[in-house]
Amino acid sequence: MQFMLLFSRQGKLRLQKWYVPLSDKEKKKITRELVQTVLARKPKMCSFLEWRDLKIVYKRYASLYFCCAIEDQDNELITLEIIHRYVELLDKYFGSVCELDIIFNFEKAYFILDEFLLGGEAQETSKKNVLKAIEQADLLQENIDFQMRLFAGSRDPAQRAGGNRTDINTIFIAIHTPPSASYSAVCS
Amino acid sequence: MSDVVEKTLTALPSLLSLDSHPGSAKLSSTSKLGNLIRGITELTSKHEEEKLIQHELLAIKEQVSSPNTTMRQMKELMVRSIYCEMLGYEASFSYIHAIKLAQQGTVLEKRVGYLAVSLFLNESHELLLLLVNTVLKDLQSTNLIEVCMALTVVSQMFPKDMIPAILPLVEEKLNHPKEIIRRKAVLALYKFYLIAPNQVQHIHNKFRKALCDKDPGVMTASLHIYLQMIQENPEAYKDLTPSFVTILKQVVGGKLPMDFNYHTVPAPWLQIQLLRILSLLGKNDQSTSEVMYEVLDESLQRAEMNHNITYAILYECVKCIYTIHPKSDLLEKAAKCIGNFVLSPKINLKYLGLKALTYVVQQDPKLALQHQMTIIECLDHPDLIIKRETLELLFRITNGQNVTVIVEKMLEFLCISEDDHTTIDLVGKVAELAEKYPLKYNEWFIETMNTVFSLGGDMMQPDIPNSFLKLLSEGFDSVEEDRKLRLFAVNSYIPLLRGEPGKLPQRFLQVISWVLGEYSHLREDLEPAEVLSLLAKLLDMKNSSSETKSWVLMAMTKLCKGGADASVTQEVSETYSSSLDTVLRQRAHELQYLSQDPELRARVLPRGAKPETLEVDSSLSFLDRFVSEALAAGAAPYKPPHQRQEELDQSKALSLEPYGLSLPISMSSCSITDRQSPTLLSMSSGLSGDTLKLDGIKRVWGREGYLAQREPVEEAAQVEVPSPIQSPGRQGEGDSLHSQTPTQTPTPEPEQEKQQLASSLFVGLASQSSVSLMGKSEPMPQRFRRKAKGQGLGSSFIANEQISSSLISPPSAVDNLLCNNLLDSNNASELAEQTSQLSQSLTTANGTCHAEAELTESDTKGCNPALRRDNCVVAAGPGPHNDPGRLTEVCLDSYLPAELSGLSHSEIAPLCANQSLNLSACHVQKEDSLILVVFIMNSSESAIQQIPAGEVTSYSVAVGQYSLTVKRPAVHVEVVGTVSYQLPAGTSQSLQFSYKVPLTSFIRPFVVSTEEYGTMWLSFSHDTKQNLTLINDNQEPLTATLNALKKKLQLHVVEVIGMEGIVACRLLQDLPCLMHCRVNAGWLAVWLRSPVPDLPDCLIYHCQRALQSL
Repeated sequence: MQFMLLFSRQGKLRLQKWYVPLSDKEKKKITRELVQTVLARKPKMCSFLEWRDLKIVYKRYASLYFCCAIEDQDNELITLEIIHRYVELLDKYFGSVCELDIIFNFEKAYFILDEFLLGGEAQETSKKNVLKAIEQADLLQENIDFQMRLFAGSRDPAQRAGGNRTDINTIFIAIHTPPSASYSAVCS
Repeated sequence: MSDVVEKTLTALPSLLSLDSHPGSAKLSSTSKLGNLIRGITELTSKHEEEKLIQHELLAIKEQVSSPNTTMRQMKELMVRSIYCEMLGYEASFSYIHAIKLAQQGTVLEKRVGYLAVSLFLNESHELLLLLVNTVLKDLQSTNLIEVCMALTVVSQMFPKDMIPAILPLVEEKLNHPKEIIRRKAVLALYKFYLIAPNQVQHIHNKFRKALCDKDPGVMTASLHIYLQMIQENPEAYKDLTPSFVTILKQVVGGKLPMDFNYHTVPAPWLQIQLLRILSLLGKNDQSTSEVMYEVLDESLQRAEMNHNITYAILYECVKCIYTIHPKSDLLEKAAKCIGNFVLSPKINLKYLGLKALTYVVQQDPKLALQHQMTIIECLDHPDLIIKRETLELLFRITNGQNVTVIVEKMLEFLCISEDDHTTIDLVGKVAELAEKYPLKYNEWFIETMNTVFSLGGDMMQPDIPNSFLKLLSEGFDSVEEDRKLRLFAVNSYIPLLRGEPGKLPQRFLQVISWVLGEYSHLREDLEPAEVLSLLAKLLDMKNSSSETKSWVLMAMTKLCKGGADASVTQEVSETYSSSLDTVLRQRAHELQYLSQDPELRARVLPRGAKPETLEVDSSLSFLDRFVSEALAAGAAPYKPPHQRQEELDQSKALSLEPYGLSLPISMSSCSITDRQSPTLLSMSSGLSGDTLKLDGIKRVWGREGYLAQREPVEEAAQVEVPSPIQSPGRQGEGDSLHSQTPTQTPTPEPEQEKQQLASSLFVGLASQSSVSLMGKSEPMPQRFRRKAKGQGLGSSFIANEQISSSLISPPSAVDNLLCNNLLDSNNASELAEQTSQLSQSLTTANGTCHAEAELTESDTKGCNPALRRDNCVVAAGPGPHNDPGRLTEVCLDSYLPAELSGLSHSEIAPLCANQSLNLSACHVQKEDSLILVVFIMNSSESAIQQIPAGEVTSYSVAVGQYSLTVKRPAVHVEVVGTVSYQLPAGTSQSLQFSYKVPLTSFIRPFVVSTEEYGTMWLSFSHDTKQNLTLINDNQEPLTATLNALKKKLQLHVVEVIGMEGIVACRLLQDLPCLMHCRVNAGWLAVWLRSPVPDLPDCLIYHCQRALQSL
């Protein structure tokens, strides 16, 4: 895989991971053009694109587009499944993930991605194992947070937990894909 | 410390579980980021956002550089920087702090630090070097999380040069008890393999160990490396085939732990990886393929569940089956599978089905026939991607009968496509088809190309117009057909120019003007004046590029006849003769002069000239004179870049590596006239190396399409399938593609249309024999056989070489000469004369030294090469013939001094003559010297007094012998001399001559041992490197090439070891030159060293010549 982009329906970039060395200028150009191309496509259209000399595989989940660029010999369908597995991972981790979770905790989303894909190749495809690895590290964090709270006095848990979600006018629809369900993306 | 924390942790989960989901508790742990994000979403304009972010970045910058910022705060700052970068604002000031955070933070801060580094920097960023130590430290950490983090960052990016520093540590991790560490280590090695394969070459056995790891995850990771290695060299891994097959069998049989299942399908990623490896191994290899048939069959059967992931495996399986050595029942199953894909209502599967069809249709055109109705439907699919893929498929099944329909479909698509990349690609394909099957449809061909030019515009590959013009000018087998084709082109262009030429792309205008210039005379009712005024209109258009203008001016030059047209051309040439663009100015001058002198024009631009073969002198020997003059005028001799670099390194101790990169680049971009002091050799070396090679240009774009693809494409087109399948196309006629096709059953209107389309698209794919029964089909006439193998288009095209130099590149010297003369005078005869002079000079004169030796003096003058006149034997005798005119070489032979007659000598060449003297010369190679023999023949009636040698009687010959040595090597050594003599009347006269000896005559084999060679090699300072062509005959190329060189240049082959050979020679007695040859990627990489400056360069030139002349 050459890169993975996550962007919203408004064309805002939410996550970018590049597995090939490119200059910032090129990255920006590719992102801009690709976001435009993908957003222009209609819902019932094919998830695969031939764009420049790359194969693009994209899928929309609620308000978020997941978009991967793969090489010529790579399998498009399995790339779709990579995207899907990533969504499942996010979903499990955040608990019914929505775009806002990814916006506010994008570093977490990156950690999960790194545990799932390494150097552009799927390294661990088991949901359980990926999350175990992430949670081990997180647990450490919780512990420190917890100690901090103990020593520094507690903060308001509600504020900590969600921020003020209603302030944000991004449309988000939670998706939940039980493992048995078929794989049609939920479109708003 | 962290261990303690971990232990405390496990005891505290109940305290922590404030929320049932692990992730949700962290939704806004960084409130500052939250504030920033909220701030941004509330904004309404891009401008406001920019202001806010700049403000934010300033704040971050201030904080990160403050010494009081804790690592914990730093972590939060990094997250905000990442966010700003993601929005497209640069935060480069934070890069260094990200590295610091990774270095100094605790585990969690480190994690963010590493993440920031991996997002901010890319592989080649210099700051990455600072990370190496941190990574080293963390790899040795006892904390698993730290090790994991280090391995994660290493597998994403690592400076290539620093790999050796951490490689041992990563290798060590292959034995780690935790599989997650082992897996990450394998992936890190995979990354190393990708960026620097030679760094990990020595640990291939470790890869095997990883492949045999007890954890399937580690094994899966190692397959990435194997896939890569097998891709590069399948032969080396054939022995692993049974292992891969066994693994796949186990996976398919569900032997892996449940953890590896993905929605009840066992390890799909692993399966796909294995299938890809197998297809690489089984390609073109029957015995290996046979090993895998069984497991492939099983995979096909197991993967029948209706689920995306099984389709992914099936697709890979089908690809594999069609790649390896075919087996009929597997092929059948695979074909059925493809059918399921194509017929699937799911659009993604349909797309892949089409792709698979495209892939297999060359092997199995029947398959396309089976699905023709689906293909027709896809052709009208609203999704352009599907449509595009269908066209790709049709492109593969194009033959002479369906080409018009397919091209029509492609052009339709071009009209709606907005993507440049697609347009370029498709335009190329249409042009390829049009050129491949021009058939009898001359009009169709021209019209198609017109559409291609207008749609493809200026984005298309430049070779499309080039090959079109080439096709037009070289013509086909029939003169009449050619005329018609050209006439039709002219006829179609005139209305275009009369219309709105401003809307046409520049490339098209260039093609039009060339065609009109060349062929508009074919249309009799067309006045040249009218064409001229149409062309002149193009010049006045605002958007015409200067390139187009110069094509137009060229065309006008060909058309102008004087008389009535004079005013137009006069005006135009006046306007542009003062243009700032030199090319335009030159063309304007040409136009001006040639229009006034029809006779000259007819010679320079002959009408209807056949394309001539142009000899391209890739060694640029025609510049020899220029070079020698420049050197004589005091210019420094040219030094090849590596030598310059070496000297630079010596003179400046500080000079560091980066220069190495920039030098070769500047060399290739440097134009010929920029070189102040080239000796021709290095120039030719630059040329025949990798920059600009004219004589051996591979024709990628041929009349039959991309030449590389030619065979498979033709195969597809001509395959005859005795197919039982009912194809409506069979009932159609070969020629009339649009003819009504009877269908079996009455069908509704649109359906009928589709069937009709199908019949025209798939005609020719079915059995051709049945078509020929009707007597309509005949094998396609191959009219596009090449007539002339010329590189260029003949004289009339030459002048445009600047524009189209990529494909048709005539030597610029001819062109320039023409212009110079035009500027100086318009005397036709002088022009011709000078041209002929030039052609002579192509083969002569590049001696860089002028040694003057006057025969009248007993001592030799001159610097280098010294002409020593040691023993001047003058043998005078009565001439055997009375008629001096019949004095032949044979008889001069007899005058050779006796001691030299046994040795081989060069051909005796006449030097010069006047009414009384005839000078000839030859050179004789002795073992340690080169003897120049000058024959002075008195061709007058009276005796001549030669000073100081005595008298040469009437019709007799005097012979002088001079031993030549070379002090400073040049490619050719030129000896200049004067004969002074006195006629009996007492008048003293002199006759000048010059004689050229190639350097090779001075070269002698140099017998040394390998050890001696080795010591000498190191002590020599002047060197040059060059790639030479290898001789490929039956024997081993290196030996063959070395033998040829040995024979031609008298070299001594010291030793040949494997792909390397060392060769030695010397210049007469004392000046050695060593040569190291190595076969590298089809070339002979030669490295010459010598204590003498210029000798390696000169020698390499002769080597080049010697190999060329074979």
